[in-house]
Amino acid sequence: MTTFNRTMPQNRAEAGTAARRIEKPYVNPYFAGALLGVVLFLAFFITGNGLGASGGMNRLLVYFEDLVAPGHIDRVHYLIDMAGGDKNPLDSWVVFMTIGTVAGGFVSGWRNGRLKLEVNKGPRISNRTRLIFAFAGGTLMGYGARLARGCTSGQALSGGAVLSVGSWAFMLAVFGGGYLLAYFVRRLWN
Amino acid sequence: MAPFPLPLQSLLGQWGAYVVYMIIGFAFGYVLEIAGFGKSTKLAAQFYFKEMTVLKVMFGAIIGAMVLIFLTSALGLLDYNLIWVNPTYLWPGILGGLIMGFGFILGGFCPGTSLVSAATLKLDGIVFALGVFFGIFLFGETVGLYEDFWYSSYMGRFTLPELFNADTGVVVLALVLIALLAFFGAELAEKYIGKMDTSKEPRYRFALAGVAVLIAIAGLLIGQPTNADKWASIAPQEDAKLTERAVQIHPAELLQTMSDRRLVAYMIDVRDESDFNEFHLIDAHHIPLDRLLDNVAEMHFQPANTVFVVMSNDETQATEAWRMLRAESVPNVYILEGGINNWIATYADATFKADNQRAVHVDDQLGYTFAVALGSRDPAANPNPDMFPIEFTPRIQLELKRGPTSGGCG
Repeated sequence: MTTFNRTMPQNRAEAGTAARRIEKPYVNPYFAGALLGVVLFLAFFITGNGLGASGGMNRLLVYFEDLVAPGHIDRVHYLIDMAGGDKNPLDSWVVFMTIGTVAGGFVSGWRNGRLKLEVNKGPRISNRTRLIFAFAGGTLMGYGARLARGCTSGQALSGGAVLSVGSWAFMLAVFGGGYLLAYFVRRLWN
Repeated sequence: MAPFPLPLQSLLGQWGAYVVYMIIGFAFGYVLEIAGFGKSTKLAAQFYFKEMTVLKVMFGAIIGAMVLIFLTSALGLLDYNLIWVNPTYLWPGILGGLIMGFGFILGGFCPGTSLVSAATLKLDGIVFALGVFFGIFLFGETVGLYEDFWYSSYMGRFTLPELFNADTGVVVLALVLIALLAFFGAELAEKYIGKMDTSKEPRYRFALAGVAVLIAIAGLLIGQPTNADKWASIAPQEDAKLTERAVQIHPAELLQTMSDRRLVAYMIDVRDESDFNEFHLIDAHHIPLDRLLDNVAEMHFQPANTVFVVMSNDETQATEAWRMLRAESVPNVYILEGGINNWIATYADATFKADNQRAVHVDDQLGYTFAVALGSRDPAANPNPDMFPIEFTPRIQLELKRGPTSGGCG
């Protein structure tokens, strides 16, 4: 898809004013892993909580559901805990962490010249197909993340680092599921 | 007492705490983006063994955070009790994980990475994130159909050292070594399947590996603090509370707490089984001293308005239990003043007391005999507070909970 054009003249002033900055390569995965490990450690060390993402998305969704159909929220057991009565589903640490995550991704993308409207996909499928599968995959992810009480960040990463048995079982299941299906959908990515 | 995690709410207030979470989230999103996790093709390549970035970053982060958490815990800086360890619901977790694995390979992201991708304007990331919202919506609408399953196979706060019955330090070191093996395998896969030039991999990765192993070994040698170690570090200030009798509550205060709708009285009766069967307060949990520490995790899961009250026949064993629980950072623990004997003296009727009081009293032994072991069906086990207007000096002061009450993806 995208090629890193490192030979382009690096005029910083120009890069700053131009709509698109020069796209920088991603960092080495071991470096990123160590850095992410420190972030995860600091999250636990300072707050006692790990990282999370789907929980924030969950609460954002429930907030809008509560605006549209407050009566419905009060009838569904699962939703009452977050938004029953006068509870505000956005009043939770994970919502603010999620806002931070989006902001952090945006700032990094902007600083490194990766803020670009595009579709990343395998070479053999159309944009349309890619987006349909992205939506379907997202739906499964969202559903599974709530069923498992956490996503890759809140369960695998955070629970894994503090040695939760359930989180390790969950992590193996995620990768197991991915590898199980990968061969059959190889056309999507290769 | 270990100073971390910080009591963010009482230090900074609610909004201050939220700012801290936002900064951590910012760092999280930033690192995900520079790792390339905003790009679906890079994530999906993991499942074809071509580019193992996902494994390296995720496993690297897990072991990196893990060694630091258990080293700081061994050093007495971090209180592992106050850290959110995802409770295990085994089968819902595994089924949810499998569904997510399918979603991962079809959609190319997980929820967190799709947010970062969407933030950098990748259309597939934006559409994926919308799908996540839709999936969460579907879950909220359908979980009612199988709520029993969703709550099944609950094992509470269950950790790998408990599963393997091994020392925490050993488990941590073993996981580091497994990760290093996995990284080695990943590089082989990238070389032979992904046809990548792995000779250009930076040399500092060996240094990082060495540091992780060294920290794990240091944590193993120091060892995680025992209950006695933890008590020793807080003994001076906590013992003062005992001698000032600031934590021994009058039976009437306990009775009032039991009927107070704003509070949850969690009564812990540490006596032996026969005494417990003879007589105990209604809804009391029977947890003898030797099983007390196994139940600490459940106590930390209780809501913030819970008041824990330990009791024995007099106060000796209850005081011991109080020390153990305080060492494990259980908040709002109190001792029933004078124990069960004092409770019976306060609430049993006069004829019962006259007929059944034991002539010789040995410390921390039941001072009364019971013709029938009624347990909590004895009238004195559940007295009506209105029948006993008793003056007492209130001692319970609810302290703010320091650790998280929910976590993971709360």
